[in-house]
Amino acid sequence: MREPLSFRIFRTVVVVVLGLFVAIPLYVMLSSSVKPLGEVQGAFTWWPKHPTLQPFIDIWSTVPLARYFMNSLIVCVSATVLSVIVAIFAGYAISRYRFFGRRVFTGAVLSTQMFPGILFLLPLFLIFVNIDKFLGFTLLYQTRVGLIITYLTFSLPFSIWMLAGYFDGIPRDLDEAARVDGTTAIGALLRVVLPAARPGVIAVAVYSFMTSWGELLFAAQMTNSSTKTLSIGLQNYSTQINVYWNQVMAASLVVSVPIVIAFLLLQRYLVAGLTAGAVK
Amino acid sequence: MTTTRSRSKQSTDGPVPPKPARRPRGWGRATPYLLIVPAVLLELLIHIVPMLVGIWMSFVQLTQFFIANWSQAPYAGLGNYRVALNFSGPLGQSLLHSFEITAAYTVIVVGLAWVFGMSAALVLQRSFRGRGILRTLFLVPYALPIYAGIMTWSFMYQRDNGLLNHVLHDDLHLTDGTTFWLVGNNAFIAMTVAALWRSWPFAFLMLMAGMQNISEEVYDAASVDGAGIWKQIRFITLPSLRPVNGVLVLMLFLWTFNDFNTPFVLFGQTPPPSADLVSIHIYDNSFVNWNFGFGSAMSVLLLLFLLVCTGVYLLLLNRRSRRA
Repeated sequence: MREPLSFRIFRTVVVVVLGLFVAIPLYVMLSSSVKPLGEVQGAFTWWPKHPTLQPFIDIWSTVPLARYFMNSLIVCVSATVLSVIVAIFAGYAISRYRFFGRRVFTGAVLSTQMFPGILFLLPLFLIFVNIDKFLGFTLLYQTRVGLIITYLTFSLPFSIWMLAGYFDGIPRDLDEAARVDGTTAIGALLRVVLPAARPGVIAVAVYSFMTSWGELLFAAQMTNSSTKTLSIGLQNYSTQINVYWNQVMAASLVVSVPIVIAFLLLQRYLVAGLTAGAVK
Repeated sequence: MTTTRSRSKQSTDGPVPPKPARRPRGWGRATPYLLIVPAVLLELLIHIVPMLVGIWMSFVQLTQFFIANWSQAPYAGLGNYRVALNFSGPLGQSLLHSFEITAAYTVIVVGLAWVFGMSAALVLQRSFRGRGILRTLFLVPYALPIYAGIMTWSFMYQRDNGLLNHVLHDDLHLTDGTTFWLVGNNAFIAMTVAALWRSWPFAFLMLMAGMQNISEEVYDAASVDGAGIWKQIRFITLPSLRPVNGVLVLMLFLWTFNDFNTPFVLFGQTPPPSADLVSIHIYDNSFVNWNFGFGSAMSVLLLLFLLVCTGVYLLLLNRRSRRA
C-alpha cells in the first residue's frame, strides 16, 4: 500500500530525532576513546585530531581494571549460574504442575520483582556484618560470596518467571511422551524439555548476567578495594575531580562490547520470554 | 538433593511392568515440591528473612553504635516513622521533597519512553531501507551496562570539555558556554535525559514484539476496506497492544521510581537536591549518616507506596480490560 505523505514525514522525523539522540552519545564514547588526553581536557571536538589507542592500554594501570574485571566475572557468572539452575527446576514445577501453594509461590516470586533494592540492602548489610562478627572471620561482608548472594535477590525471581514462561511454550506432549517411556519427571525435564528450551535458557542467563554486570547499588556497599566490581570501580573513578575521560570511555567500550553483542544476538528470545510472561 | 531423591524413585518403580496410565502417587505427588525446594530455601534466605529483619530494623534506633551490635539497639516504636512522616521537620520535609522529585522524574521518563518507543516501533513496523540497522542501533543504549551509558552522558555534561556546552555555545551560539549541567536545577534535566536515553529502547523492544503478534490478515482486511495507515494504527495496532502496554508501563514505572544508578553515576553519593531520587535519598541517609533504623523505615514506606500504586494500577487495568 502507498504510504501517505504524513506518514513519510512522521517516519523521517522519528528516524532523524531518535537516531541522533541514540547515536550521539555512542559516537562520543567511540571517538573520545581514541583521543589523547589533551584533546578530551580542552574544548570538545567532534573529530579526533590525533587518533591513538593509548587510552585502551593506559586504563589498565590507571585503575586496577583487570582486578575489577575478574571480580565482576566471578560474581556475575556465579550469580547467573546459580539462579538459572535453581530457576530451571522451579520454573518447570510452576509450568507443569498444579500443586497446593503454587499461587502463593508464584505470587511471592513476582511481587519481589517490584521491591526496591534498597529495602534488601540495609538488612543484608546488617545481617552480613553480624554473621561475620559471630563467625570471627570475614565470610560475607564485602566479599564476593556476599555479593553473589545479594545479586540473587534480583536474578533469581526474574529467572524463575521467565523460564516458567518458556516452559509453557513447549508442548506438554513432549514430556508426556518421555514419561510414557518410563523416564522420571526430572529425566523428562533434563533430556527433553531443557534441550527444547535451550534458546530461552541462554537468553535468561544472558539477561541475568547483564543485569548483574551493570549493578551498582549493592556493589557500592558490599565491596571493598579488593572485591570491587567494574561497575563500582569505574563509577568511583568517574566521579573524581580529575578524570581521564578518554580512558573512561575506552574502559566503557571494553566492558560493553561483549555484552552488547550477546544481547543483540539473543534479544529475539528475550523478548519472546518477556511478552509470554506479560500476557499470562 | 532433588535429583538424588527422584533417582531413587526411578530405581524403585522404574522397571516394574508397564502401567496403563501414570497417575502421580507417593513420590510422584511430591515432585513439584521437590523441584521448588531449592528456590523456596533461597527465597527465604535472600528475600523473606531480610525483609523481616528490615521491618524489625525500622522499629529500632539502629545508629552506627549498634550496627555491629544489633541486639543492643534500643526499641524506637513508631519513632522512625514519625520522624519520616513529620513533614514540618527537616528529615520529613526532605523525604517528601525527594518523593515529589521522584514522581516528576518517573512521569516524565515513563511517559516519554513510551512515546519514543511507540513512535519508533510504528515506524519500524513497515519495511524501508535501513530498517535493520536502525533497529539494532535503537537497542544499543539498553544493551550497554547502565554505568557505561550514564558515564558517557556525564562526560557530555562536563562544563569545560563536554559536548553539550560546545554545541550550545560554539555551534549554535545559544548560551555563553559556561552552564553547569550537573549542579542546581539543571541536574534534574540532565538526569532525566540520560535516563530517558537508556529506558526508551526497552519500550521499543516490548512494543515491537507486541506488534509482531498482530496478524497480517487484519491489516489486509482493513486496507481492502479502505482504511489508511493512520486509521489502521488507531483501530488495529494500538488496541491490540493493550496487554503489552499494561505490563510495560508497570515495569517502567517500578524501575524508574526505584532508580538508583542514574543519579549515583552522575552525581556520586550525594546528588544535588533537584536530583535527589528516593532510592539514593534513603541510601544517603543510611550510609552517610549511618542511621539504619530511619533508612529502613523510609524503605518500608517506599515499598508501601509502590504496593498501593501497583494495586490501584492493576485494579484499573483489569476493570478496563473487562469492560473492553
